[in-house]
Amino acid sequence: MDLAIFGFGKGGWGLALLQGAAMTLLVSACGLLIGAAIGGFVAWARLSGKLLAGGLGQTYAALFRGLPELLIVYFVYFGTSTILTETALFFGHEGFVGVPAFAAGALAVGVISGAYQAEVFRAAYLAIARGELEAAVSVGMNRALMARRIIVPQVLRFALPGLGNLWQVALKDSSLISVTGLTELMRVSQVGAGSTHRPFAFYLGGAALYLVMTVATTRFFDVAEARATRGMRRATG
Amino acid sequence: MPAETPALTVETMHKSFGQLEVLKGISLTANDGDVISILGSSGSGKSTFLRCINLLEIPDQGVVTVAGETIKMRRRRDGRAEPADRRQVDRIRSELGMVFQSFNLWSHLTVLENLIEAPVHVQKRPRAECIEEARALLAKVGIADKWSHYPAHLSGGQQQRAAIARALAMRPKVMLFDEPTSALDPELVGEVLRVMRALAEEGRTMLVVTHEMGFARDVSTRVMFLHQGLVETEGPPQELFSGSTSDRFRQFISKERG
Amino acid sequence: MDFDFITKTFVRLLAALPLTLSVWFLSVVLGGLVAAGVTWMRVSGLRPFELFARAYVTVFRGTPLLIQLFVVYYGLASLPAVRASLFWPFLREAFNCAVLSLALCTAAYQAEIFRGALLAVPHGQVEAARACGMSGFLMFRRIVFPIALRHALPAYSTEMISMVKATALVSLVTLWDVMSVALKIRNDTLVTYLPLILAGAIYFVVNYILGAAFLALERRLSPHLRPRPG
Repeated sequence: MDLAIFGFGKGGWGLALLQGAAMTLLVSACGLLIGAAIGGFVAWARLSGKLLAGGLGQTYAALFRGLPELLIVYFVYFGTSTILTETALFFGHEGFVGVPAFAAGALAVGVISGAYQAEVFRAAYLAIARGELEAAVSVGMNRALMARRIIVPQVLRFALPGLGNLWQVALKDSSLISVTGLTELMRVSQVGAGSTHRPFAFYLGGAALYLVMTVATTRFFDVAEARATRGMRRATG
Repeated sequence: MPAETPALTVETMHKSFGQLEVLKGISLTANDGDVISILGSSGSGKSTFLRCINLLEIPDQGVVTVAGETIKMRRRRDGRAEPADRRQVDRIRSELGMVFQSFNLWSHLTVLENLIEAPVHVQKRPRAECIEEARALLAKVGIADKWSHYPAHLSGGQQQRAAIARALAMRPKVMLFDEPTSALDPELVGEVLRVMRALAEEGRTMLVVTHEMGFARDVSTRVMFLHQGLVETEGPPQELFSGSTSDRFRQFISKERG
Repeated sequence: MDFDFITKTFVRLLAALPLTLSVWFLSVVLGGLVAAGVTWMRVSGLRPFELFARAYVTVFRGTPLLIQLFVVYYGLASLPAVRASLFWPFLREAFNCAVLSLALCTAAYQAEIFRGALLAVPHGQVEAARACGMSGFLMFRRIVFPIALRHALPAYSTEMISMVKATALVSLVTLWDVMSVALKIRNDTLVTYLPLILAGAIYFVVNYILGAAFLALERRLSPHLRPRPG
């Protein structure tokens, strides 16, 4: 196999692939953050005890876990474009307005991730020992202080393993954004494969880059988890 | 009169875990009807000894003979010992009934199914016969009405009695009890000891690793006290409990009495 | 509300469902067989097998399914060595490539589920089986497998549903599954949302039924986990 095509010189695709990988990391990270916001909100709704909020939260989660991710990507991409076009029309601008593929892609990943992150946050909250919350109340913390100093840090600690897993999922889901044309890693591999007529090399190379990203970030999450759970009793290990 | 074949003999058993030698040469002879209580502090090797008899742990040295049949062992290339004949091991295990500290009933089977599982699939006995015998055994240990329950729905004492019935269902030549009451709440210990006492009075051959001094003193025919992998003293319970010559044993029972 | 159009679209989408379901079924079954092999290697105690099994799982869980699919469908087809081999008649069909790729991917996830399930079998119950004289295949069949199966069911259900969603990717390798038909209808009629919504409804219902079926199976196999009878 001629590895020069992966090189960084003229005609080499090495740089483009790395840029694609960077785009993948960026869009996945944004998606994860959006998902965290959505997931936190849905978890809060489900934990609130209010019937309507809980029901809506559960419906959201069930819906976005039961639909194919590819479908959601298309839906979000077309949907946001439509919203933007209609809004522009309202302001007098004719013609189709496309949403930047990055925004639509990150939103799609976030919407999917949020459904799963909700469950992770909910379980993490329920795992906090009731006694700790009682202790906080009995020293006079108000709800806002308790949330900030006790609940949120604990939830994050318990949620880390699940979030690490969902980060990997977000990385892989981001490959579906290629259908919108965003030049993340999958798309670059596709373009390179088509341009050089070397699909095997490019798709394998792209897969290798994904693998590096997955393994490296898993290592990062393991370290983060070890540091965050210092001093905590574990059920295993 | 020809000597009776002992139900079980163990000759100079040695066992090490890595660098730690846990059994340093223990021998035992059990005749039919013997009830031998094996006592000792933790780390004395008593559970390991029992588990080496039915090869749940593989002894490094030593000969085990059950009803005249010796378990064939051989050396691997790396020097470690292993059974020479897997089928013999399976067969001999089916002649030894073991009762575990944590009951170990199979969670996906009902009590009755637990009892007939090995008789049907290992001993290949007819199912109807096994079921009939199982029901009789359940009545004997006092949980006849629980036959269709799952282990998770039984109390600890009931589970252990079911486990004893499961061992009995195999029609064993010798029964091995590995601290059968140590995992039970105090108020449930009695019901299990009562069953074990009844078995002893029937004339069953039993090896019991236990901390229950009352059982060791009143029910067993012989007591064996292990200390750091060796037999420190052994003999009839009356002899040992009413004034043993061994300092260590006297220290041990005074600690157990609390 | 053009009910005629809605009905026509729905019927066209349903007509593509058999393809979606057959890709799903074949890849899940084939994947299960591969997973059994990978799991066996993982617990075999033989180092080279163990390492291979671990590498397999890492690679197929660490890369997107889409790129795996393209490696098989576009990549393998471009290699002269493959075209000349006896696998070519098999690999030139898009359907086969899709099933193969999805199977290899789900095998990695299923292998992890199997491994976790085996580890969850309480060691004491295995010892009790040994102490009764059980060993080898008998013990696996009567004790280890039934208990492991019950532990695996929840995670397995999730994986089965993931695979249904994964079949949507075959729309990108020229197969006419529900997803591609929905997109075609959109292209032909310029109606964007209806085909996608109807397709989504179909996937959702299939997944719901699947989830309910697994739940029923779990309930049936676990009377020992239900509350004590009266």
